[in-house]
Amino acid sequence: MKQTIDSQLTKLSSLEELPVQVGKNIVVGDHDLAVFRLQNGQVKAVENKCPHKQGPLAEGMISGEYVFCPLHDWKIDLTTGDVQKPDDGCVRAYPVKVIDGEVYIEL
Amino acid sequence: MSKRKLVLVGNGMAGVRCLEEILKEDPDRFEITVFGKEPYPNYNRIMLSSVLQGDTSIEDIVINSYDWYEKHNIQLFTGESVEQIDTLAKTVHTDQGRDVAYDDLILATGSNPFMLPLPGSDKEGVIAFRDIKDCQAMIDASQKYKKAVVIGGGLLGLEAARGLLNLGMDVDVVHIMDHLMERQLDASASAMLKKELESQGMNFLMNHHTEAILGSDRVKKVSFKDGRTVKADLVVMAVGIKPNIAVAEASGIQTNRGVVVDDYMQTSAPNVYAVGECAEHREMVYGLVAPLYEQGKALAKKICQKDAGQGYQGSILSTKLKVSGVDVFSAGEFGDDPAARAIRIQDEFEGIYKKVIIRQDKIVGAVLFGDTSESTKLLGMINQETDTSDMKNISIFQTKEASGGESTVAQMADTDTICGCNGVSKGDIVTAIKNDNLTTVAQIKDCTSASRSCGTCKGLVGELLAHTLGEAFETADEKETVCSCTDLTHEEVVANIREKGLTHTREVMNVLGWKTEEGCSKCRPAVNYYLGMVHPTDYEDERESRFVNERMHANIQKNGTYSVVPRMYGGVTNAKDLRKIADVADKYDVPLLKITGGQRIDMLGIKKEDVPNVWKDLDMPSGYAYGKAVRTVKTCVGENFCRFGTQDSIGLGIAIEKKFERLNTPHKVKMGVSACPRNCAESSIKDVGIIGVEGAWEIYVGGNGGATLKAAELLCTVSTDTEVLNTISAYLQYYRETARYLERTSHWLDRVGLEHVKSVILDNKEERRELIKRMEIALDDLKDPWHEIIQNSKEQRDLFENKAVPISNK
Repeated sequence: MKQTIDSQLTKLSSLEELPVQVGKNIVVGDHDLAVFRLQNGQVKAVENKCPHKQGPLAEGMISGEYVFCPLHDWKIDLTTGDVQKPDDGCVRAYPVKVIDGEVYIEL
Repeated sequence: MSKRKLVLVGNGMAGVRCLEEILKEDPDRFEITVFGKEPYPNYNRIMLSSVLQGDTSIEDIVINSYDWYEKHNIQLFTGESVEQIDTLAKTVHTDQGRDVAYDDLILATGSNPFMLPLPGSDKEGVIAFRDIKDCQAMIDASQKYKKAVVIGGGLLGLEAARGLLNLGMDVDVVHIMDHLMERQLDASASAMLKKELESQGMNFLMNHHTEAILGSDRVKKVSFKDGRTVKADLVVMAVGIKPNIAVAEASGIQTNRGVVVDDYMQTSAPNVYAVGECAEHREMVYGLVAPLYEQGKALAKKICQKDAGQGYQGSILSTKLKVSGVDVFSAGEFGDDPAARAIRIQDEFEGIYKKVIIRQDKIVGAVLFGDTSESTKLLGMINQETDTSDMKNISIFQTKEASGGESTVAQMADTDTICGCNGVSKGDIVTAIKNDNLTTVAQIKDCTSASRSCGTCKGLVGELLAHTLGEAFETADEKETVCSCTDLTHEEVVANIREKGLTHTREVMNVLGWKTEEGCSKCRPAVNYYLGMVHPTDYEDERESRFVNERMHANIQKNGTYSVVPRMYGGVTNAKDLRKIADVADKYDVPLLKITGGQRIDMLGIKKEDVPNVWKDLDMPSGYAYGKAVRTVKTCVGENFCRFGTQDSIGLGIAIEKKFERLNTPHKVKMGVSACPRNCAESSIKDVGIIGVEGAWEIYVGGNGGATLKAAELLCTVSTDTEVLNTISAYLQYYRETARYLERTSHWLDRVGLEHVKSVILDNKEERRELIKRMEIALDDLKDPWHEIIQNSKEQRDLFENKAVPISNK
């Protein structure tokens, strides 16, 4: 069954292009994104800026559905964008859809 | 129903804490507006001394970030102060001409530092210690000047003085009295404190009355009434605070020393309340943090029209000094009063002093110096007016041994605060331990923030953990696990990898019952290293388990750019390489070139996407300045040029670096070769340091010039270059096999013992041969990562490309 592609979706890349478990920095218009293809096959996208000291999250280490900021090791939930305890804050998390091997984002 | 309008004047600890309590009581009751004079969100002022002492950063002491205000729909005006309140029209007027209406108003304007009205106190370089601006002024001054004078030997003055010492300044503390912290400590405790601080490098001028501050524009000297003077480039006044009552006064609200309030924090004006340092309750003005919290709670109940009970009943004052390495506590009465009795313990060998004051069978005060572990319990007993008539002295000073193993935390109430910095109570911690199955102090810190700031409560948190877990604690806390993802130690993980023949990180985590599916940023790199160490030829390194520096083979900088350090064996270069580095620097606009401590050239500020091209144009091997690996071998010029050099240090240094370059190790490894005992290559603070003497080389190990300075120890003396290389081989391989990941050689050597290492790598010929053999295998297959990535366009794209795509149109 073919899904209709929502007109609000922007195509980021093909799934193939995203390295597994290593983040990718993709800029869409004004949005600076860190995009992750997880070990479990899901794709996640968050703002590429740690709320602490603006570390580039795309270069962080990924474990499960979390990324650890490369500057000071803040742990961030890739689905909600919430910073994990004991630190506080959040980054914007963007909804991502994978349709026919293509990755789309809802801005 | 529309919400009531609440205006808070003052964005400090007291006011915002009260807001938090209000949000807890009734989150939807108010539409809240906050005015703050300082250009910051709410921060923890009591932690300023930790910022100054270099233990934490300004960002880290922010309690409520801008996001917090946003999340609770609180309108925040920073850098704006309220000048007048019209209590009839119920509006406030600000210095920026803004008028805002209120239904309820809270004054939390805090206090101002008291500046002595001395001649010259308006000179440049004379400051208080009160806010971030002052903190910054001290940090700036320390970069240009050497000599600081702190006026005031109270709590704040001593904390400021310790901070200035840490910033590298010489510090005189001037105090008008003959003992320090006279409002908290008795003469004995004060004398012990003075002695301890003197040993830390503070200089005290006791019984000194400051007369004037001298200098033309900037302060140069401080003069005293007895005619003496001392040099001063910076003067910090820490002589007290005075409540900031200007707004209340200007608005016709009753004031005395502070804004006068009743037990419900109500001022003389209807619907106007005051909390914190600006408030005067029963003729008391408090300058400490605990009362502010109690007042905030009382006011929150009142203002939300909940049952406020008896309201606020006043607080017992208690103090902890936050100065690195000194534990001081004081609460309630502390002086020697003939009408009261005291229990004293004084041990001048251990530097411990304890005094508890009892009046009519009730504990009314305590002073602790050197060991403050009982402070929370004593404060609880004072607050609850515990009857001591049937207690023995020994059970008041209840050490674990004396009470038959009963912990001091056992009798604390759930509401008693354990961590004052972060306001975490015993109940909060116990709940977290139970609900989240916590088993270590570190986990409690992560989960509740207790002991995260000044750390003085760490011991108590540990006791509480032991007490809560009971028998389960014995097994839980004894071992140091890799991280909270597993109950196994580093050694157990390595042993399991070997025994079970595990070959992938996911397999390790799976088979060994990791609590998280894919580990975390602590265990992933460790397991990756152990697998590579155990299986040097077969294991395929996991780039996704590497920290960014090792994945990108360059150092990430704070602004997201990278720094690149080309290999320069033994610190030796030539005109051609220098020219190449210069050309690359020009081509890629490299903002900073710097010589590193290890004699290499660091090219800093390279954009991520340029990094592979920089490597390509350099066409030099990677210097591994980013890796948990063999870094540099620093050398002196040695026999070829030096008048004193007895050996060819450059030649040996190059040989060592070429042999061990690219080798992965549990932590970074730095080496040095000096040709004579003058030791120009600083070999004695290296992980491996070689020093040439007439006809021989001395090999030193376990030195560290980093965070914990440590001199290397002599491992052995050998006569040939080959013996040097073989000894390093055996030594480093033994370190690789037995150290915990991220354990520097100095810590590893402390743990396993130099004699043990000698017995393995020097005395046991068979083991030495095997270690050298295994090192050869590990070294056999190493390739230069820069070269490899330049050849591999997919790697380049995966790691270094920043992709840009347009937003699709409808």
